[in-house]
Amino acid sequence: MIKETNSFKLEFPSVSSNEGFARAAAACFAARLDPTLEELGDIKTAVSEAVTNCIVHAYPDSIGRIVIKGRTFSDNSIEISVRDWGKGIPDVEAARQPLFTTGGDGRSGMGFTIMESFMDRLRVRSAPGKGTTVTMSRRLTPRRP
Amino acid sequence: MKIETASQGTKLRIYLSGELDHHGARSAMRTIEDRISAYLPRDCVLDLGGLSFMDSSGIAVLLKSYKRLGQIGGRLRVENVPEQPMKVIDASGIERLLGVSCLSRPGDAARDNK
Repeated sequence: MIKETNSFKLEFPSVSSNEGFARAAAACFAARLDPTLEELGDIKTAVSEAVTNCIVHAYPDSIGRIVIKGRTFSDNSIEISVRDWGKGIPDVEAARQPLFTTGGDGRSGMGFTIMESFMDRLRVRSAPGKGTTVTMSRRLTPRRP
Repeated sequence: MKIETASQGTKLRIYLSGELDHHGARSAMRTIEDRISAYLPRDCVLDLGGLSFMDSSGIAVLLKSYKRLGQIGGRLRVENVPEQPMKVIDASGIERLLGVSCLSRPGDAARDNK
């Protein structure tokens, strides 16, 4: 049976200087699973994209609350969710398409594409006006015998 | 995020170091645009060798630099891309837009001199 081995919860305001903090915190948490450098980079990148989405899209004109939760499991997998209570996404399917962006020319529209390709699974739940939760998981290569 | 430049004739080399994310991307783009406008290079290289992290905000910076170079009739190359930023570039498909020859990995110096 797969058991939960560890968990964390982190809450911070949606200011952009917290992007670095959030991905570093997630990486520190993931480090307990003895990931490769590449796996660690993948997790950092995916978390950075999710948190940036909250800051740019969920709370475009205000500072809101972002909560990250992480769990590790006995099968060497990690699940990270990033939640906001902001604007929400009217059409999640469209938002997940490569190059789709409502963020103007400072954005590439690759956020969800990168989360998808760097993690094994990505689930997006969103309701306009209520917020968005992105949950992603990844099974890491077991290195201990 | 730190940006330094070196120029020689019509060539401009811009070194990016540190972490390139949404937080640093706006000022990075402004600095890069300022340098391009000041030097109007024919060949511009973005040297990513010092980057310890890059996410899709960096892709937007690369694309915008590419467009700016196009406006002044210059060419952009992206060189010395470390592993993590390279993976983001690969996932974004930006290589197809910029052309694969725009990218080189550490140790590809021989190809740069062609």
